[in-house]
Amino acid sequence: MLDKNGIAKRIAREVKDGMYVNLGIGIPTLVANYIPDGVNVVLQSENGILGMGPFPYEGEEDADLINAGKQTVTLLKGSSIFDSAMSFGMIRAQKVNLTILGAMEVSENGDIANWKIPGKMVKGMGGAMDLVASAKNIIVAMQHVNKAGESKLLRQCSLPLTGVRCVKRIVTELAALEVMPEGGFKLLERAPGVSVEQIKNATEGKLIVEGEVPEMVL
Amino acid sequence: MINRVVKNAEEAVKDITDNMTLMVGGFGLCGIPENSINALVKKGVKGLTCISNNAGVDDFGLGLLLQTKQIKKMISSYVGENAEFERQMLSGELEVELIPQGTLATRCLAAGYGMPVIYTPAGVGTEVAIGKETRKFNYNGEEKEYLMEHAFEADFAIVKAWKGDTAGNLIFRSTARNFNPMMAMAGKITIAEVEELVEVGGLDPDNIHTPGIYVHRIFQGEKYEKRIEQRTVRKRN
Repeated sequence: MLDKNGIAKRIAREVKDGMYVNLGIGIPTLVANYIPDGVNVVLQSENGILGMGPFPYEGEEDADLINAGKQTVTLLKGSSIFDSAMSFGMIRAQKVNLTILGAMEVSENGDIANWKIPGKMVKGMGGAMDLVASAKNIIVAMQHVNKAGESKLLRQCSLPLTGVRCVKRIVTELAALEVMPEGGFKLLERAPGVSVEQIKNATEGKLIVEGEVPEMVL
Repeated sequence: MINRVVKNAEEAVKDITDNMTLMVGGFGLCGIPENSINALVKKGVKGLTCISNNAGVDDFGLGLLLQTKQIKKMISSYVGENAEFERQMLSGELEVELIPQGTLATRCLAAGYGMPVIYTPAGVGTEVAIGKETRKFNYNGEEKEYLMEHAFEADFAIVKAWKGDTAGNLIFRSTARNFNPMMAMAGKITIAEVEELVEVGGLDPDNIHTPGIYVHRIFQGEKYEKRIEQRTVRKRN
């Protein structure tokens, strides 16, 4: 089974040299820590940065320089700053190659819900709806089951949707999966020490298991 | 050169009255017009509709106007981190319209560019699309459905820039730019508060982000707290 850092480490393998990548809040942010040396990527933050760097050293925080999670950050050499309209312009125009974000639910046809629990939690969609509507390559980082032990990989989402038929891959504490164009979660890899049976039990949507499923190499 | 300078925040907001629609620049607490917000609190105008990406925190930014119940409706993309906001929303005292962040930015841009509508794929198939006109278009080799969204109309836009000149030209700094340039273009009347106000000739024309034609009133803010919402640092070693 993977912890949050393990999930981030596995997703980092999907990040290829030359990509512009948008990382969502939470586990996706951790992916930046595991991008291998020699893989050159540019991180986009939708409040208006290309070339986002790590957190500043203590005492060097700048209130004018934050990321989309409102955290103080730094700029790398070669970075650029732009307004919010241009930021979503480059997202809509599919210049950003990879979007990694969290989810509350994903359905077997690639629908995603991550912005609202009616009557309980309404924080808003932020930039998530724009990102999932336009990005060609969307990876979801999430827990396989919720705190009540219920599957978050479903036949159909029960929560209000963020986007439809858009998620391509999912990495959870149990598995790496691909959402098939014709529907269904294809099991690509098992997390270390996790059986296919465990993954089946934790997946409410259609799980496609073909042949021997390899264990993840991290 | 036309002079856009007003004395201070109080003078800049003097004719903002009850039930008006305001655009307020900033992302989180970054690049918000602190002095103008304080002047609105002091003025006590009520029933405001605010178009702003976020709603501040309990005791800073637009949160101050929420505490005094001067805001009737918020149009935002993300409103976490504000307990009073959540309370007013759940009790029905505050009307809230949540819209995608890129849609919000582009509806401001459309207003400033003189375009009545935009088409965006954001929100297609979700509750954001309810009651809205959709059309299919080919883009980038793919046929997709798009939502029609209208340019915003706001009585006032209130923005914050780093530097400005007396003609209203603005330069923003770092990610405090965010929504400020689009909102500056989109107000029927635009108020800009700046950290440093200089005479004409003091800014390089090549470096202007917002030309003064869009800015009706400009003043140098008395002071800036520039509160940090999430101070994240790493240790030196």
